[in-house]
Amino acid sequence: MGYIEDKNNFAIQTFNITRKFGNLTAVDGVNLGVKKGEIFSLLGPNGAGKTTIIKMLCCLLRPTGGTGAIMGYDIQEEPLAVKSIIGISPQETAISLHLNSLENLELICGVYGMSKEETKKRSEEILELMSLTKRAKDRAGKLSGGMQRRLSIAMALVSDPLVLFLDEPTLGLDPQARRSMWEQIAGLKGKKTILLTTHYLEEADALADRIAIIDEGKIIALGTSGELKNKIQDKQIMIVKAKNLTHEAIEGLRKIYPDAREIEGGVEIRAKEISFERIVNYLHSEGTKIESTLIKEPSLDDVFLQLTGKEIRE
Amino acid sequence: MRFAALASRNLKETVREPLSVVFEIGLPLIFMLMFWALGKNLGEDMFTATMQLPAVVIFGFSFLMSISAITLARDRQSALFLRLLTTPLKSGDFIAAYSLPYVLIAIFQIAVCFAMAALLGLEIIGNIGIVFLIFILMAVCLIGLGMFIGSIFTENQANIAGSAVIVFVAILGGCWMPLKFVGGVFESIGYALPFAHAIDAARNVLNGSTLGDVSIDLLWVIGYTAVFFILGAVCLGWKTKE
Ligand SMILES: Nc1ncnc2c1ncn2[C@@H]1O[C@H](COP(=O)(O)OP(=O)(O)OP(=O)(O)O)[C@@H](O)[C@H]1O
Ligand SMILES: [Mg+2]
Repeated sequence: MGYIEDKNNFAIQTFNITRKFGNLTAVDGVNLGVKKGEIFSLLGPNGAGKTTIIKMLCCLLRPTGGTGAIMGYDIQEEPLAVKSIIGISPQETAISLHLNSLENLELICGVYGMSKEETKKRSEEILELMSLTKRAKDRAGKLSGGMQRRLSIAMALVSDPLVLFLDEPTLGLDPQARRSMWEQIAGLKGKKTILLTTHYLEEADALADRIAIIDEGKIIALGTSGELKNKIQDKQIMIVKAKNLTHEAIEGLRKIYPDAREIEGGVEIRAKEISFERIVNYLHSEGTKIESTLIKEPSLDDVFLQLTGKEIRE
Repeated sequence: MRFAALASRNLKETVREPLSVVFEIGLPLIFMLMFWALGKNLGEDMFTATMQLPAVVIFGFSFLMSISAITLARDRQSALFLRLLTTPLKSGDFIAAYSLPYVLIAIFQIAVCFAMAALLGLEIIGNIGIVFLIFILMAVCLIGLGMFIGSIFTENQANIAGSAVIVFVAILGGCWMPLKFVGGVFESIGYALPFAHAIDAARNVLNGSTLGDVSIDLLWVIGYTAVFFILGAVCLGWKTKE
């Protein structure tokens, strides 16, 4: 294991990790280093390979090339050591339906070999943290989808793992529950190392210390949210909403600003420098009735669009 | 004893969906009653309560085998199972945790069948403890087969394989027709499998044989049990590492 450098600094590392399914390369030579105590987000569209990376790091799926390490333990050579320090909340809600919430947590504690007292203490704490105390004695199958989701995440936390994998933790939560989940995850910052996947740019933006944008199995950008946005800071973005906007008008606009594209009910223009007047005048001369205009800051959405030429959620 | 937590979960999951347990316990009783009535009418020795008890108990275990196989095969596809595979549990722990609840149900079933047979005129000449031991061994053996089937097959495949084994146990175990009447290849196959050995052994002990008399039969059962569990654990380990 000579190539696992700096065991002390990184909680999660991957070295050209690759996974093929037949002809499809789901994960293509990914190199990551997640520092201890960091919240790190994998952001990418459906099928980007996020879940596949997590499965490999949790010893559920063998890499077909490269490898990874958790706290310096190689995932292929020391799976048992890896398994004893990780916790995962899978993308799919993972609970036992005929058991109540408390019993579900006790199951996980038991499997990690925790003592009776420890189990009781931790389970109660986590139920409280996830606002499930009132439903502790209700069968998991009778909880709402969002509560089941919270229970599933509670089960990842209850064993107090050093490294936590959260695969789309807020999937299926209402906006309020999503906010409160964000708070809980943010509360773990510095205490646990968290690798979290999401399609939600706001989520990555709000929680992650660093973000890796992943598409078709490859990391296409990596950095803090600010760094990523800086990549396109030299671009201005203007959105014009307008009635009777013709294709000809947009074509004409493209002659001035090649990066103009039609969006619903209007047009979006990106350029190093945008002349508000010039655009408005041009559209007027084409007989377009402008309803609103907006010049906006680049978002992670825009970063993704610029890097891949497509929307993160199509 | 990390598997104990999972075993307890599996037992709760099973008994909280009680229909299959009721079916599992009730079916052998109905069979016993049916054949006992048939025996009364025909005056046939094969169908006395003493002859029927081993057949019905072990036939009942074959349903337990089928249910355990289907449960394991189904759970293997679940997100919870995936999550448990990321814990320090090993494949042997999974097999133990999925077998234990069914062994408990088997013990309950044996007790109920003994009670029913007693009502129908069971005669015990040999040692009842040895009969009980034979039953338990056979329960563990068939549940081991269930673990093997549940480890390699999908839920649908496990369903079909389970049904096939149920038929094999009924015919090749000599439950309702002595294997020597069937004869030939079927008799040879029957005695190359553990079911007929266990049923013969239990019938013989009920009729006065000692543990020594049936030790060869029991070795067949123990041998198969070991093979099934090892195959189950190995196949589960292999199937869960994609
Ligand atoms: N077991 C499998 N067999 C074959 N192909 C697979 C398997 N698992 C994943 N894939 C493929 O690998 C690619 C990446 O899938 P993955 O689940 O990692 O994506 P993801 O980024 O998690 O997507 P989502 O956001 O939809 O969850 C997809 O094209 C998927 O179809
Ligand atoms: Mg996924």
